[in-house]
Amino acid sequence: MIDVLLNHPVISALVALGGLSVVFGAVLGFAAVKFKVEGDPLVEQIDKLLPQTQCGQCGYPGCRPYAEAIAGGDLINKCPPGGQATVNNLADLLGVSPPTLDAEEDSNVKKVAFIREDECIGCTKCLQACPVDAIVGAAKQMHTVLTDECTGCDLCVEPCPVDCIDMIPVPTTLKDWGWQMPKPAKGPFIIATDRTNPQEHAA
Amino acid sequence: MRKIWDIHGGVHPPENKHQSLRDPLATIALPNILVLPLNQHIGSPATPVVQVGQKVLKGELIADAQGIFSACIHAPTSGEIVAIEDRPIAHPSGLSAPCIVLRPDGLDQWTELTPCEAPETLDHATLVEKIRRAGLAGMGGAGFPTAVKLNPRSTDKIETLILNGTECEPYITADDMLMRVHAEEVVQGALLLARIVGNPKEILIGIEDNKPEAVATMQAAAQGTGIEVVVFPTKYPSGGEKQLIQILTGKEVPSGKIPAQIGVLVQNVGTAYAAWRAVRYGEPLIERITTVVGESLDIQRNIRVLIGTPIAHVLEQHGFAARNCARVIIGGPMMGYSIEDLQVPVVKTTNCVLAPSHAEMPPAPPAQACIRCGMCAQACPANLLPQQLYWYAQAEDFDRLENHNLFDCIECGACTFVCPSAIPLVQYYRAAKTEIRRKEAEKQKSDRARERFEQRKERIAKAEAEKEAKRLARKKAAEAVKAQMEEPKAAPAVQTFDPVAVAQNKAESLEDKDSIGKKLTRQLESVKGRVEHLTQQIAECEDPARKDALTAQLKQAELKLEEARKKLDDFERGISAPLEQRLEKVAQKVQLSPLEAQRNAIATIEKRLAVAIEKMQEAEREEKPTLPALKQGVEKLQEKLAEAQAELAQLEQQQTAEPTANAGSSEPQDAAAEAIARAQAKAAAAAQMSPEEKRAEQIKSLQARIEKARAKVIEAEASNSEHLPALRTALEKLESKLQEAEQQA
Repeated sequence: MIDVLLNHPVISALVALGGLSVVFGAVLGFAAVKFKVEGDPLVEQIDKLLPQTQCGQCGYPGCRPYAEAIAGGDLINKCPPGGQATVNNLADLLGVSPPTLDAEEDSNVKKVAFIREDECIGCTKCLQACPVDAIVGAAKQMHTVLTDECTGCDLCVEPCPVDCIDMIPVPTTLKDWGWQMPKPAKGPFIIATDRTNPQEHAA
Repeated sequence: MRKIWDIHGGVHPPENKHQSLRDPLATIALPNILVLPLNQHIGSPATPVVQVGQKVLKGELIADAQGIFSACIHAPTSGEIVAIEDRPIAHPSGLSAPCIVLRPDGLDQWTELTPCEAPETLDHATLVEKIRRAGLAGMGGAGFPTAVKLNPRSTDKIETLILNGTECEPYITADDMLMRVHAEEVVQGALLLARIVGNPKEILIGIEDNKPEAVATMQAAAQGTGIEVVVFPTKYPSGGEKQLIQILTGKEVPSGKIPAQIGVLVQNVGTAYAAWRAVRYGEPLIERITTVVGESLDIQRNIRVLIGTPIAHVLEQHGFAARNCARVIIGGPMMGYSIEDLQVPVVKTTNCVLAPSHAEMPPAPPAQACIRCGMCAQACPANLLPQQLYWYAQAEDFDRLENHNLFDCIECGACTFVCPSAIPLVQYYRAAKTEIRRKEAEKQKSDRARERFEQRKERIAKAEAEKEAKRLARKKAAEAVKAQMEEPKAAPAVQTFDPVAVAQNKAESLEDKDSIGKKLTRQLESVKGRVEHLTQQIAECEDPARKDALTAQLKQAELKLEEARKKLDDFERGISAPLEQRLEKVAQKVQLSPLEAQRNAIATIEKRLAVAIEKMQEAEREEKPTLPALKQGVEKLQEKLAEAQAELAQLEQQQTAEPTANAGSSEPQDAAAEAIARAQAKAAAAAQMSPEEKRAEQIKSLQARIEKARAKVIEAEASNSEHLPALRTALEKLESKLQEAEQQA
């Protein structure tokens, strides 16, 4: 056997290569089974970047379905609550140039639903519409919104038969007040006269 | 002399401390109103324990601490609570917050206090509770609840207690003044705090060398107490907690940790003083020493001011010239913030009210581009890279900001102070910190929203599945019921074509017939028995009346016997026989004229009546309980008979009237009326009659009618009428009836 291999280098090379391929194939096969990744990590990553308002403005029933759609090749600029920032983050993640948001950006003011309780007839329609179960109530009982859980998705406003739901901006409290970023210097002011306001000159 | 360490960076801004130290510590007039924010400290706001309109005394608790991270609030003077509402508070945001508003009554009447002559006899828990009830919160500026700070984790052994008398910020001299005036009590406070935290190895009081008078008084007071007054060179910001620790001990507090974790506790000298007052005299924290300074004021000095005094009142008392004032700043020029609304109150952390003139503090020049000089990095006391942070903050690159330890920035403003481009660096860092915290909160919220969304989806799917399962179950049940209902329907359909089933049915009917035969035989036997019994009774009987009755009974029984035998015979002759007989009878009935049918009906009723009467009589004789029922039966039968006879009479009258009309009667209507009357009379009479009488009557009427019919027949024969055959058959029928009637009678 060894003589045959020694005398025929081509055969010995083939045997060596074959043996190696068998070993590596076995290793790879084992690794594929042992270290199998559950689920789609890309969908998870995209889902994390989405704002989780579950508003459905993208045309999908919630943020995760949209994340799945993006992973499947859908456009990334369909999320108005996330705004351009979300689009940029998604573009970053997916390695594409960020498109502009395919809608008017929601104003930065956070809003929550508010039920005018005197007018509520207890129809439970808004309860069914709320994607995060943030409205409490029962049939013929007054409903009310759990402000802390409300994502401001707007979905409860339309089904209300008596129009008693308002989207009110969340007032700033001492707890969530914060310093504003200073306005960046406009243009490179190299010399002192650059600072002068042009309007002052006009006046 | 103790070794003094140095901190990295630091700056030397103009100190401006002399203005407020020229005048001695003073007090000001009581304001018209005191506004006490519920949240003057770090942590949860206190809960009001007073009502609007309630009168309170000086030092009385008006808002209780809520939870551990909170502090009590007391009435700074006696007066009336006039409101509990949102008021603007001293905060860079200028926002409003819940406040208790107190209108002083001018009496300044103390509530009853609980002083303690010998605080050294009290245990740790009592001391901490006393400090807690006094509403102490760090008076250096942060307002951290003191009681919480005095309860370090059991793993953190405090080895060094440091009293912070540094007061590095320009303009502010409140601690300086306090140490000059109340050195003794500050030292007592230091000893008290040391006792509370378990007698640390060293107690240090750190004072910058720009306060020689305070140093002197403190050293005098600390003589022989083991407290070391450490004096070190002035540099901003040595007064920062972490910086002071480094200067005095050489230890650096690791990023993200608190001093207690390296065995150090730092308290402001003002806090030590307040703690001593609280424990020794029971005085809650209702006033503090505040520096009122700035060139827009006539008088610049330190004052004792009640917590809650509006800044406007404080400034008013010092000759405030609003026109000269650039802005009113709470705190110092480096770290303070300007306020818009001067009605905001002095709170526990307000150490300075700065009202500089325009010349004193000109507006910050517009920011220019960063020239990458690196002076900020040299000035940073926290060893950060302010320039990098600035870039990342502008780019909103929050990950990098965190990686560059943005949260170790103490916002001292040294970088801004040195920046040749006048970039408001600290403002960038503050905004970035806010943004990062907001993002974190948002992330938490969105995670919760996602969770809730997933749970809701799951719940809906589950409900849907349950509904589906129920629907399937219902469908199955419905199908089962349907199948059950169809089965019996299908079975007879098969049976109709099943000869076996037909045979079975036949056999069943035969069985029925067998049972009928048996019944008949039984009846026959019983009647036979009765006949024998009666014969025997007659033979034995001696009373002739009774014998007669018995004989009648016997006759009846014999008749019944005869009948039963006949029935049995008929039955035995063949199954079809009774049916045929019945059919015959039906056929006869159909053939019979209504008149005859009626007559037959009367005959059967009469038969039944006779039987009923007989039974009744028997019952009467034997006094059976069934007598009333029988009587009723008889009466009913009699009624029926009367009805039937009335109908019969009507029918007869019709028949007789018809021929009369046909024969050309002159007054048919009259005759008919007469006949009706006659029939009615007859019926009335018949109702009263007994069966025998009725029968006799019937025979009589029949005979009369036969006479009439004969006469008519003769008349018809004579006139050769076309009605002759009809009249003849009528006559025949009448004759046969008469025979029947006679037989019955």
